[in-house]
Amino acid sequence: MASEVEETMKRIQSHKGVVGTIVVNSEGIPIKTTMDNTTTVQYAGLISQLSDKARSVVRDLDPTNDLTFLRIRSRKHEIMVAPDKEFILIVIQNPTE
Amino acid sequence: MDVQYVYTKKRSEFGRPCFFVDEGPKLMENIMPNREFHNGYIFKNPVNRSTQCSSVLAEHEVNTIRAQYDQRGMNHTEGGWPREVNPTDEEQTLRFKKKIEKDEMYVHTVLQLTHAMEHCILQNNAINIYEEYFEDVESATLMERCSARTLNVYRDPNKVKRPVTHLSWSPDGGTRLAVSHCNLEFQRRSPDLSTFSYIWEVENPNKPQLILKPSVPIVCLEYNPKDVNCLVSGMFSGQVAFWDVRKGSTPVDMSILEPSHRDPVYSVLWINSKSGTEFFSSSTDGQVKWWDTRKLNEPSETLILDIVKGEEQILSRALGASCLEYEGTIPTRFMVGTENGCVISCNRKGKTPAEKIVSKYTAHVGPVYALQRNPSFVKNFLTIGDWMARIWSEDCKESSIMWTCNHQAQLTDGAWSPTRSSVFFTTRMDGSLDAWDILRNQKEAVISVKVCDYQLSNLRVHDQGQLVAVGNNMGTSYLAEFSENLAATQRNDKVLLTAMLDREGRREKILEARNREIRLRQRTKIADNSHRDILERETLNKPSLISDPAVQNAEKEFFTVIEMELAALKAETEASEQDEEYGIKPEVASSEETGRKKNRFLKDEFEGANFEEEDCDEDQDVEGDDFKQQ
Repeated sequence: MASEVEETMKRIQSHKGVVGTIVVNSEGIPIKTTMDNTTTVQYAGLISQLSDKARSVVRDLDPTNDLTFLRIRSRKHEIMVAPDKEFILIVIQNPTE
Repeated sequence: MDVQYVYTKKRSEFGRPCFFVDEGPKLMENIMPNREFHNGYIFKNPVNRSTQCSSVLAEHEVNTIRAQYDQRGMNHTEGGWPREVNPTDEEQTLRFKKKIEKDEMYVHTVLQLTHAMEHCILQNNAINIYEEYFEDVESATLMERCSARTLNVYRDPNKVKRPVTHLSWSPDGGTRLAVSHCNLEFQRRSPDLSTFSYIWEVENPNKPQLILKPSVPIVCLEYNPKDVNCLVSGMFSGQVAFWDVRKGSTPVDMSILEPSHRDPVYSVLWINSKSGTEFFSSSTDGQVKWWDTRKLNEPSETLILDIVKGEEQILSRALGASCLEYEGTIPTRFMVGTENGCVISCNRKGKTPAEKIVSKYTAHVGPVYALQRNPSFVKNFLTIGDWMARIWSEDCKESSIMWTCNHQAQLTDGAWSPTRSSVFFTTRMDGSLDAWDILRNQKEAVISVKVCDYQLSNLRVHDQGQLVAVGNNMGTSYLAEFSENLAATQRNDKVLLTAMLDREGRREKILEARNREIRLRQRTKIADNSHRDILERETLNKPSLISDPAVQNAEKEFFTVIEMELAALKAETEASEQDEEYGIKPEVASSEETGRKKNRFLKDEFEGANFEEEDCDEDQDVEGDDFKQQ
């Protein structure tokens, strides 16, 4: 099972334009990452906060609703966040330009 | 002791008016002082007694607990590590991570999340959702309707409003506007009239960013195009002053009275110099002076605008200068607009004063209020004065190559648009701001906005070409924004404009040559007939309107038509009288009459027009005939 996870992560990383992948737990600790430590820590801290905020927005607007995916598109790249109750998967990609 | 006076009055006498009667003093009671009472008193000396006549106040002390504010940044460090794991210890963290990875929950969740994530990644790779379509194709110019609107209003903060005399945009993309106020009317200044001028931030019309407090009011004010902090101003007293925004509200330096101008300085402009500190000023006393900001105690050069070519320049003959023009790309030439309507083109490098004044153009009937070269076509310049705006070419000295029609109100200021070479703006005394586009319409302004009810005195176009600042006589400045199509250049603009200006220039030159020929011919005619009588000579010199054969023809025709119509009218009135007698429908007759009357009016107009024109074409005569035969 663990190897499946590894494979999946490797596959994601090999996609075109993907800069990095991070798995963060609910407390903000990066569990798995393909980038260097300082960047990982920054992303982990900032993105988990943003993801929590986004989720609270969605739920405030409609309590039956929930956040499924968050995409932050910037000039340089796109940060995709897939949140869950326990973990958060963050992928940074350079979209086709 | 009871002092009483008792009197009786009859009941019936109550309510009657009292009649007062003068009576001498009557002693009622006389109480003599008793010396024995004196012993009962104790003498007290000194006596301190304080008095105060004021409102009663109470004093209370209150001390609130101040909240302390502190600015802090947030430092992201890893957090959330459970207590037993030491974040710095790599082995422990690794072990912790490995433990989580083995968790069933982890595997399941990650697999789920990656599924969604992959979908999005592939989506991104497949198509660029923010693609700009048709990026390489230039945006087509829309034929939009021109529009304008007022964005901001900057009012003179003083109670007594003084007119705006000059506006200047700051060179850093125009985020600030310097406005000078001064009451220029003769003897209107009172000592308590404020001398302040202001620098406004464009976004904040409520409060000026900086108040300039000179000792004499400022008449004109200019930002240094190379330095956003420096300004130079010409004052009402004829002096010039140099300001630095960083320094504060008082001028850094001001020239002394003696070598300065003798009249208010109406125009001051910076010069392109290596040091960036040189400027020149002009005033209605007829002098143009060059200064250096580092040394304001005397001008570095003076030029007297005496256009009579003589040995010396005499100040009493000089023409007062109302505006100056200087183009950075031609550093040695400049132009001066004078009070009597001439524009003088000068060369700074001339050795003698006569050489300095190169050429003269008679522009307007009154003072030239504004003078500016076209930023893309420097050989052509715009002058504003009396009731129209004129465009000149340097080569045509006798007249302007293009001009607007005479307006109802006098024009007070004008400027080219810095971005679009065929557009210029003018302000009028009735409070309107016009935008002209000579490529689109030469007869009238493309758009005319009534900004306010008072006379607009000044105008300044922003560097980007879309915003225009105007100031009026009540001290209020308005910021107007025009629509895009007046500011953005089109591809063909330059080509079309060059063609137009060339064509107009050529037309003027042809006219000039023709006029010269006519004058020459007349002069030779006079020379030939010098023996004749003086009167006859005069008649020859008069424009030969009366002797023109075509005109005489038209006259003849006109009189014949009149006579015919008079005869017809007589016949009609007789006919209508007869009809009325017989009761035949008078309406038909009257409509015919009115129809014929209408025709007559039209014919009159036509004939009248024919008569006024000097050259009557054969065609027009033929048309007149057709009309008559109807």
